Amino acid sequence: MNLRRNTLIAFVVLLALLPQLPVPEFWITQGNYIGLYTLVAIGLVLLTGVAGLTSFGQAAFVGLGAYTAAYLTLSHGVSPWLTVWIGLAFTGSVALVLGWITLRMSGHYLPLATIAWGLSLYYLLGNIQALGKYDGLLGIPALNFFGLTLNTGRSFFYLLWAVVVLAAIAIIHLLDSRTGRALRAVKGGTTMAEAMGVNTFQIKVTAFVLAALLASVSGWLFAHFQRTVNPSPFGLNISIEYLFMAVIGGVGHVWGALVGAGVVQILKDQLQVLLPKLLGGSGNYEVIVFGVLLIVVLQYARDGIWAFVEARLPRVQRKNDWAAAPALPERPRPSHGSVVLDVNQVRKEFGGLVAVNDVSFQVRAGEIMGLIGPNGAGKSTTFNLVTGVLPATRGAVRLLGERIDSLASREIARRGVSRTFQHVKMIAGMTVLENVALGAHLRGTSGVAAAMLRTDRAQERQLLKEAEKQLRRIGMAEQMHELAGNLALGPQRLMEIARALCADPTLLLLDEPAAGLRLKEKQGLADVLRQLRGEGLSILLVEHDMDLVMGLVDRIVVMEFGTKLIEGTPEQVQASPVVRAAYLGTEH
Amino acid sequence: MTDLILDVTDLHAGYGRAEVLHGLNLKAEAGSVVTVIGPNGAGKSTLLNALMGVLPAKGRIAYRGQPIMLHTLEERVMAGIALVPETRALFGTMPVEDNLLLGGYRQVLLGRKDSAAALAGVYDIFPRLKERRTQLAGTLSGGERQMLAVGRALMSKPALLMLDEPSLGLAPLVVKEIFRIIDSLRATGVTILLVEQNARAALEVADYGYVLEMGEIALEGPAHELATDARVIDTYLGAARQKKAT
Amino acid sequence: MFRAGLRTTFGLIVMDLSIASILMLDGATNGAIYALLGLATVLVFAITRVIFLPQGEFVAYGALTLALLQLGKVPGTVYLLLALALLAAVLEVMAAAKRGVPAQVALLRAGRLLAWPVAVWAVAHWAAPLKLPLFLQCLLTLAIVTPLGPLVYRLAYEKLADATVLVLLIVSVGVHFALTGLGLLFFGAEGFCNPSFWDARFSAGALMLSGQAVIIFMVSIALMLGLYLFFERTLRGKALRATAVNRLGARLMGISTSGAGRLSFGLAAFMGALSGLLIGPTTTLFYDSGFLIGLKGFVAAIFGGLASYPAAALGALFVGLLESFSSFYASAFKEVIVFTLILPVLLWRSFQHGHHDEEE
Repeated sequence: MNLRRNTLIAFVVLLALLPQLPVPEFWITQGNYIGLYTLVAIGLVLLTGVAGLTSFGQAAFVGLGAYTAAYLTLSHGVSPWLTVWIGLAFTGSVALVLGWITLRMSGHYLPLATIAWGLSLYYLLGNIQALGKYDGLLGIPALNFFGLTLNTGRSFFYLLWAVVVLAAIAIIHLLDSRTGRALRAVKGGTTMAEAMGVNTFQIKVTAFVLAALLASVSGWLFAHFQRTVNPSPFGLNISIEYLFMAVIGGVGHVWGALVGAGVVQILKDQLQVLLPKLLGGSGNYEVIVFGVLLIVVLQYARDGIWAFVEARLPRVQRKNDWAAAPALPERPRPSHGSVVLDVNQVRKEFGGLVAVNDVSFQVRAGEIMGLIGPNGAGKSTTFNLVTGVLPATRGAVRLLGERIDSLASREIARRGVSRTFQHVKMIAGMTVLENVALGAHLRGTSGVAAAMLRTDRAQERQLLKEAEKQLRRIGMAEQMHELAGNLALGPQRLMEIARALCADPTLLLLDEPAAGLRLKEKQGLADVLRQLRGEGLSILLVEHDMDLVMGLVDRIVVMEFGTKLIEGTPEQVQASPVVRAAYLGTEH
Repeated sequence: MTDLILDVTDLHAGYGRAEVLHGLNLKAEAGSVVTVIGPNGAGKSTLLNALMGVLPAKGRIAYRGQPIMLHTLEERVMAGIALVPETRALFGTMPVEDNLLLGGYRQVLLGRKDSAAALAGVYDIFPRLKERRTQLAGTLSGGERQMLAVGRALMSKPALLMLDEPSLGLAPLVVKEIFRIIDSLRATGVTILLVEQNARAALEVADYGYVLEMGEIALEGPAHELATDARVIDTYLGAARQKKAT
Repeated sequence: MFRAGLRTTFGLIVMDLSIASILMLDGATNGAIYALLGLATVLVFAITRVIFLPQGEFVAYGALTLALLQLGKVPGTVYLLLALALLAAVLEVMAAAKRGVPAQVALLRAGRLLAWPVAVWAVAHWAAPLKLPLFLQCLLTLAIVTPLGPLVYRLAYEKLADATVLVLLIVSVGVHFALTGLGLLFFGAEGFCNPSFWDARFSAGALMLSGQAVIIFMVSIALMLGLYLFFERTLRGKALRATAVNRLGARLMGISTSGAGRLSFGLAAFMGALSGLLIGPTTTLFYDSGFLIGLKGFVAAIFGGLASYPAAALGALFVGLLESFSSFYASAFKEVIVFTLILPVLLWRSFQHGHHDEEE
């Protein structure tokens, strides 16, 4: 913690001192450009590095901010301190509309849409008479900051970098919050995030709009720094350069944006002088280097420069400040023996194939039910029907009497159904504690603003306390500050269960929880599940490990070819000749 | 002693961090049918994927006496190993006949021009495929897809044919037919390595069997001996350890 | 006042009928070019999952290579080809050494990579000052530019064959930057205009069809037909399609996915260069003009959801017509109109595809 914090403080001090030192004006100007680009690159870190979306339209958003500031100030004399908000509102609305349209599609349609509208806007800006067409607008006044006119590079430097540092800190805060976890969850696919209750569409749009807002601020600053605006800095090629900065610097980290912007800007400058001398003639040859560099980085060092730095910095362990936080309110437990899950004549057809054939069973409170059967029997499909991942063709699924078969995953999660996955779905770059805290997403309410301003700390402590409690229950409390990606498969599965428990479920669905576990781990798992059952939880589990199942569950449903074969106690099932035939093969 | 077409020693393989196979030893004599049975999650698919080169693995794999551990998947295909994976990997949007012709691609690459004869041969074995030759592979029933997958693999005239759970998702009658066909393939001289959860059907058609449990070989022996071994049943239904526990 | 307005409007309508037909012809001709590029885009995406944004760069390369040959100079593209081939050969030898392949085999592979580029370089040096007939120069151009495709695939994409569509898209962006910059290096900043292939003029009623337009239509249709036959009727073509349908299945059949990638990129480069040769007379091309042309072909490909050839061809026709009419009525905003068009199309496509889950 200290080395990082001290480095940050040293960096801020350096920034404060730099304009006062006898540094050549050239470097101050470079510093200003780097700052402007960093703001946009931070947005890309959020969008691409964290949420897994890509945009080739960020430069166009910068243009929106810049032109709004320029036009309103020059033509209508509006104060710059007002135009920044108007610019933000305008850019935000455009981003909202664009995001709403394109984020519904599979990943690669968003960048395509951004290419299109980025180009579109460029030509638009270049052809509107009132905006000066390709010559743009000139003579934008400098900013007036409490009587101080920021008309020199050095004076502007302070305001710019103050904004950059604040923005960086705000986004870092955002990433370390309930919303931040939800954002990270979206990158690997929507299934897990939705199962945790995250509205993935809404959160993607949020990331997109935030990135646009950051670009808009950069544009406003740009207009008052350069004092002229014309379309050329807002074209597609510049958008590509922004992306490039983020990727080179390290698209997964906020400080990567700064490193990337710095490296690219300085490199570009040097290359613009060097290459024409080397190659003869004049022109922007540096794009060749950048293009090749981008390809090489993607092939060999996809995490960028900052990843190297990060690996050498000491890891900061989260300080436990949540011990005294009040516990989160819990759901009322259903009475022992009452029906929690009622699956009634549920059928799933895929075209002509019947995957689940009119299956019915019930799970009661304080009961562990096993769902077993040979491969291809329809167990996972049944699971997916109950959790809302797939819609049923016919039949009803009821949770505590309420029909849930037509609801979305996150709505079912809200009503108290929690699950794990056959292949562990987790966020490798977050710690175990943070992964588990994602499970409590629906038990929190703080959003983007609260996260950035850190007014969410009280609630965050409650969520983290809950996460620790669940980890302790599973027996993994010592590993809570480990990076989830460093765990072996067994502990990863246990972490998934802790995450599911964090949602305070009434019904817990476990998909092959013992797969890949060692004998001791399986015994530990069985103990935990028995304890949960004792506390009134209902558990439905799909498993292949017969030893585990027979010794743990109260009742078993056996499926074969999508049909329920038999339901009974472990002893009944083991003795059944029908089951033997199904598992070992048909009697001839 | 007939030669070994496949000699596997100390095979370790897995997915990412999780090791699924812990030092497996396995042999297959040329022209025989060898089966690997075991409960789900034991690592049967992992075994075939490692042998084919779909997964990275450690250990020694000798094919026809030559070590092939360093060979890529494409090289193993060209050497005459064919795999029918659990997912069948059919070309769903292409017709049956195209799927089969593409199965003969290896032969075409080797310069042989007898794809028409090979196709006729496959249609003889699977007459139902001939009826459906222009139908898109994705619209076939489960049993027909399985037949197409096996037929496609046969088109490449492999020396070692590996089948991953051929009975998966198939009705009992269809399973019977598939296994009858597997039995009849012996006559062509191909060696078959068959991974199955339907132990009964597999042991009936095989010469030699291995029981895989939790990534290790728990039992092995001539198939007819394994078929009557009580330990096989216990492995499948978990009664073995249960009895010990109580 | 009112009367004058009416008369003007009426005059405009009468003028429209003959101008409209010219605009339609113009639009269709451009549309044919966009169709070729759209087809190339769909083809490359279908086989390799790469969204190949730099498709347009091959257009510029083709046009400018021919232009330099016309002037009797050796086109810089030859040196680019040599440089890339050399780089690929070096990387091949290094990779072979790492895997323990014997030196002889490695050098043989490297030699095979360099053979064609060296031969082409020699021919170009000999042929350039001779100012051969237009047809031969076109062949030489195609011989120079087409091999760039597989080399680009090898160097930039092959290693990332399993990466997500998004990563491959960002690589495309890098390739675009590199190829544009190299274009500037090898062709300079001036623009070139190529001669028409056929100066004849045909009149069909009120329409005047130029020989060039006829050639463009014929080539487009021939290529579309040829590609159709290749992919539907030949085993090689089916094997390529199979790579995209089920990658594991294709590999298990012995179908090389890297071979498929290189072939598809070769086809893309060929079609790009050919488009560049055909556009010649109607447009002055610069080293960076290719990008926009490629993007319009790309808009056409989106009409087909990056999957359907007929829809892409239709989309291309639509883009051509739209551009033609826009340039007449509001020429400054024609690009705006064409590229804003993509948004409702994407929206429409999204409702067809439904919600997708990009599991990684």
